[in-house]
Amino acid sequence: MSTNFPTRAADGLRNTQQRRNLAKATNTIRGKTAKVTAELPDWEALREAGKAIKREAHAKLDQYLLQLEEMVTKAGGHVHWAADAAEAREIIVRLTRQAGTDQVIKIKSMTTDEIELNPALEEAGIRPYETDLADMIVQMAKERPSHLLVPAIHKNRVEIRDLFRAEMGEHGTGLSDRPPDLTRAARAYLRQKFMETKVAISGANFAVAETGTVGVVESEGNGRMCLTLPQVLISIMGIEKVLPRFDDLSVFLQLLPRAATGERMNPYNSLWTGVHAGDGPCEFHLVLLDNGRSKILADEVARETLHCIRCSRCLNVCPVYERAGGHAYDSMYQGPIGAIVTPQLRGLEEAGSLPYASSLCGACHEVCPVKINIPQILVHLRGRVVREGHAGKGEALAMGVAARMFGNQGALDWSLWAGRLGQKLLMRDGTLPWLPPPLSGWTLSRDFPALPEQSFRDWWQKREDK
Amino acid sequence: MNGRDLILSRVRAAIAGSPPPVTPTPAINRVWEGDREAMVERFLDRLRDYNVGVTRTSGTVAPALAGILAGRGIDRLAVPTDLPAEWRPDGVALVPDDNLPHGALNAIPGALTGAALAIAETGSIVLDGGAAQGRRALTLLPDYHLCVVRAEQLVGLVPEAIAALVPNRPITFCSGPSATADIELDRVVGVHGPRRLDVLFVG
Amino acid sequence: MRVSLFITCINDSLFPDTGRAVVRVLERLGHQVEFPLAQTCCGQMHHNSGYHDDAVGLVRRFVDTFQDAEAIVIPSTSCTAMVRGQYPYLAQHVAKDEGLLRAVEAMAPRVFEFSEFLTQKLGLSDVGAYYPHRVTYHSSCNSLRSLNLGDGPLTLLRHVSGIDLVELPNNRECCGFGGTFAVKNAETSTAMLTDKMRHILSTGAEICTAGDNSCLMHIGGGLSRQRTGVRTVHLAQILASTAEEPWA
Repeated sequence: MSTNFPTRAADGLRNTQQRRNLAKATNTIRGKTAKVTAELPDWEALREAGKAIKREAHAKLDQYLLQLEEMVTKAGGHVHWAADAAEAREIIVRLTRQAGTDQVIKIKSMTTDEIELNPALEEAGIRPYETDLADMIVQMAKERPSHLLVPAIHKNRVEIRDLFRAEMGEHGTGLSDRPPDLTRAARAYLRQKFMETKVAISGANFAVAETGTVGVVESEGNGRMCLTLPQVLISIMGIEKVLPRFDDLSVFLQLLPRAATGERMNPYNSLWTGVHAGDGPCEFHLVLLDNGRSKILADEVARETLHCIRCSRCLNVCPVYERAGGHAYDSMYQGPIGAIVTPQLRGLEEAGSLPYASSLCGACHEVCPVKINIPQILVHLRGRVVREGHAGKGEALAMGVAARMFGNQGALDWSLWAGRLGQKLLMRDGTLPWLPPPLSGWTLSRDFPALPEQSFRDWWQKREDK
Repeated sequence: MNGRDLILSRVRAAIAGSPPPVTPTPAINRVWEGDREAMVERFLDRLRDYNVGVTRTSGTVAPALAGILAGRGIDRLAVPTDLPAEWRPDGVALVPDDNLPHGALNAIPGALTGAALAIAETGSIVLDGGAAQGRRALTLLPDYHLCVVRAEQLVGLVPEAIAALVPNRPITFCSGPSATADIELDRVVGVHGPRRLDVLFVG
Repeated sequence: MRVSLFITCINDSLFPDTGRAVVRVLERLGHQVEFPLAQTCCGQMHHNSGYHDDAVGLVRRFVDTFQDAEAIVIPSTSCTAMVRGQYPYLAQHVAKDEGLLRAVEAMAPRVFEFSEFLTQKLGLSDVGAYYPHRVTYHSSCNSLRSLNLGDGPLTLLRHVSGIDLVELPNNRECCGFGGTFAVKNAETSTAMLTDKMRHILSTGAEICTAGDNSCLMHIGGGLSRQRTGVRTVHLAQILASTAEEPWA
């Protein structure tokens, strides 16, 4: 049974801890990103360049994917194509089994969340260990991420300490709630896993068609561990992440860290091309995932959605996200970008309330490093919700009535006359403190102004008559 | 139809009929505008901003390295097999990483390497497995990384670095020691990668 | 100049004073105002709620009514943003009508938000207003991000004599109105409104003004419900007020 955004948001609004954390966290990131984006004199040109490169990559996506496959293969890697989540899961489980292991280490990847890889691995008897600190916290707590980049943003240090004490064996014994101590415990707990595990699974921030180079951007070094130490590396990437040329990294390695965490550069970027003799895994697999992306590409207005580089800057500036929290979006993609990605991946019937989870304030579009016009796409998707018949019947009826009312002046005058008559029953001190459904949401917290006896039009006509 | 053909046919159908975009590539800044010393200053400032220990020398390398290591209390280092002879500090045991097992590498307190290049604007050192750098695990498992950057290896901006790099090498950008802000957004320096990074700038 | 007023449906029915104030300001400045009677609504509510076919009907009505106008002035930031920013989308992607697209694109440069008309088209900053009240200004999202009006409205307010203008903290954040968002996501909208009201009350202002009565209906509805005693007044009404003829 799927609930809708307003219901889930109501839970978030009542979660005092989460609201405090989110307000503090998003405020901090907003300040940092604003500072480091303002200090680059060519920041606006970089945004334009990022958008232009993504457009070009997607306009010839078939060619770039084929070129990427050729170059990765030439460099000793293997390329697999997964049309949907089930195919991707099947490929990854098969490759892991072939390596003869029953555990894998994972580096933060929204794509593996999207295809629900972990349950599939567990079902196949393979234990996945998330190694990004926040992902590990979320996995240990058996919860879902609430922020693209800071998935455990909804939890505080005491909750995390209690979790580590319960789940980390000797490394959690007597642990304090200081973030440096918690971090040190995670380091000690995972170090042995990094060194003994044969297979690692990663996402990818980009892959370069021209050279076959794949890149991962990270902070903690868990990514480097996964990408370097195991014998087998399996990376899964949405097809939209391909970049035409190696030089395009000049743009994206500047846009991503500054927009994401407000750093001039994140601590580590790893770039690899196939396999490198004597350095790192001896087997590399790249899984290219469609899973609905080609469908998004087919929509001329919404295809910009695929420009997203998962920086999460739109979450951090969104007044709705800050209050409702990430879980309200019921997806690994939250905030404004989630409100356009999820309905397109899962369908409007299931996720049709998400395009309405925005006041269309435009703060997301204003800061997006690749200038995705999220408000426009939200409105576009709302049009599809209505056209495909997923809007409420009552609402559709009311909108039809309103359209007829605005369809000619006589009807509008009549409606205003009827309204003035009707409001007499509800009016108190010149305002309407209560309205019937569907307008009761308004009067939850706001009085509604009463219709004045004379409309502007009446006044104008009387004045002209004089 | 297999996954590959299915995806390609869907993609082709999706983009059919859309004219190729005619967006002129906007001009981003590609080269450092300003003098060389300002570039060096920018680099060292950025490093300090990441809590990187910064030392600059115009003299011989080995004594400067010895001084840094004495300050850190480190007397044993893993090094690439091609470490330049003039980088061998006195009083420090050097263990060449001749494909050491990961466990052995993990037990050594620090690593000493060079770099492929460095970027002033972002305070990044870039490793590519080339001369005096060794494999990626060398600068990953030990808890401390000491990196020698020569003046001529420094570029100003990210695009200059991308232009200079050879794509088919294993490339790692390091900008400060590993870090996380995952717990209440408190920044903690030192997670899985080296908890300390020192840079000796020569020039 | 001959100015065609598009009053907007919400001002026409609920806030006629705003329209009267616009007429007073423009006539005081020596311009001739006309009000085409065939106008109804810009279609924003339908558009933002996803009823795009209905919205297209209202686009056509707007074009028929205003296409020969010399200048179209709209005392609403969101309706101006709708006409300038969203009509091309509806013409191109919903109506798929090249002729309509050309018509809305040709009209766009003649469409002005009220304060924009004063500051950018007429180049004014002082319109001779007098308003002896403590006022704070809420920049609507459309003013900031769709129309890029910048400091224009504030410049007009700073030149009002007698006014005690106080800056609204966190001014760039949305008030939480968002059209049907205020009803569909009433609880989130209310949470945003609560913060906005807290900032307004912190200024000690008696009046909160803006260039959009839909934001003000939402903010004012909350301030009224809380019995704060703070009122909302459209920018045009402040600019219409003079020492001789004060506006309530």
